[in-house]
Amino acid sequence: MKSNPKPKKVKKPLTIEQKINRRTFISFGTFAVLSGAAYGGWNWLKNSPKEMRTVTAGAKVPLRRALNKTELFFRNFFSNNNLVKTYPKERAAKVVRYNSGIGLQTEPDIESWRLQVKKQSGEVLNITLDELKSLPKTEIVFDFKCVEGWDQISHWGGVKFSDFIHHFKLDDQAKLDYVGLVTPDKKYYVGLDMPSAMHPQTLLAYEMNDRPLTPKHGQPLRLIIPVKYGIKNLKCIGAMSFSNQRPPDYWAEQGYDYYSGL
Amino acid sequence: MKTIKEKHSLAMRWCHWVNFPILTIMIWSGMLIYWGNDTYTFGLFGHTFFRFFPKWFNDALNIPGRLAEGMAFHFLFMWFFTINGVVYILYTVFSGEWRELVPKRNSFKEAWQVLLHDLHIRKIAPPQNKYNAAQRIAYTAIIVMGIGSVITGLAIYKPVQFNTLTWLCGGYHAARIEHFVLTIGYVFFFIVHVVQVVLAGWRNFQSVITGFEVVNDKPQPVIKPTADEK
Repeated sequence: MKSNPKPKKVKKPLTIEQKINRRTFISFGTFAVLSGAAYGGWNWLKNSPKEMRTVTAGAKVPLRRALNKTELFFRNFFSNNNLVKTYPKERAAKVVRYNSGIGLQTEPDIESWRLQVKKQSGEVLNITLDELKSLPKTEIVFDFKCVEGWDQISHWGGVKFSDFIHHFKLDDQAKLDYVGLVTPDKKYYVGLDMPSAMHPQTLLAYEMNDRPLTPKHGQPLRLIIPVKYGIKNLKCIGAMSFSNQRPPDYWAEQGYDYYSGL
Repeated sequence: MKTIKEKHSLAMRWCHWVNFPILTIMIWSGMLIYWGNDTYTFGLFGHTFFRFFPKWFNDALNIPGRLAEGMAFHFLFMWFFTINGVVYILYTVFSGEWRELVPKRNSFKEAWQVLLHDLHIRKIAPPQNKYNAAQRIAYTAIIVMGIGSVITGLAIYKPVQFNTLTWLCGGYHAARIEHFVLTIGYVFFFIVHVVQVVLAGWRNFQSVITGFEVVNDKPQPVIKPTADEK
């Protein structure tokens, strides 16, 4: 029985047994709390809502934010001096992989085809294939990379995008942030950041393996942009436009990274 | 009498347990990505033994048709994986703990003896400090593999901007295979690691959470460390 109402607390040194118990309790407690927090964080991420449909769609909000932030970081490494590795012609595939026909359901009439270039002012240029072919031809043999994970060395010929811009006096348009491309049926469309479009290896291609493009590969004119995944290499260009806002992009609406840069 | 023997530093425990869920997410999201072009097989002399991955396996884990999601997860958690790895490497370097981890000249010979001992072929294990020779090799290799995953990963992720890395990996195509093989390596490491932890018992496992082991000072037959161990 305690007679003293205020017993003096004498701090005895912890026994080894107490020390062991105390440290074990603290460690396991911390471990359990942090595990719970990690599990909670994971659940939050997994159950986070999908983004609102804008030029991008289909991704969870935090993941889309991460994709965009990551793009901003890796953009620091982008340079026109960084070139895709090129190969001798012999290394190019004879049978070029055909992976998607979206936007190619209605074959364009080659005779009446024009490349519509829509300036921001509203002015529209209608450019014929012959006009494009009269510009200096650039060829590239490079390893084409699909977002699915396959790659194939292929050989393309056409007009360098930057040559095209200068020739048609579109330099003021190229000062805008983005260029958009659409197939004639408007079923497939891509948006490109201007630095990638103006990269010296970006082509408006009209030839594959020294022959005119076939329908499956985007006749009469397609984009070849080695600094992007295949999804950005739009087949059969109908119209081109320039903007400071991101143009719509088919696969960015399906949850893919808007930029998809390599 | 019982005494507390300090074993694992807080930094080591932290990095270890942070890495576990992150690596799990990286492997899972990597499988979502790999599904997009699942062409790898394991074969010998023209006979295919295994295809990565069988349909039942993909279906069981709900892998198919989630490429975009996989990429989004992969390119977020790659940051945590890399940062955690860099923190761990900097810690081991500056704390001096690398001395307990990096294989020594005789580690490769000793590791063989450790293996024979663990398989109950050899009676006695070679003397050791914190980690035995096989552990030294394994725990250093896993870090080298981690660095490899970051390098091969960057080589696939930005093959144009980081074309030097891609070249270093033997090209884009090779880099993707290497990235995949390293992942298979992690899975094997994990299996062996867990089996060893289970065999080593609760006290050993607990020390990776608490940081210490309780030692009973009863005189026990101890194999003395040789002079060159110190």
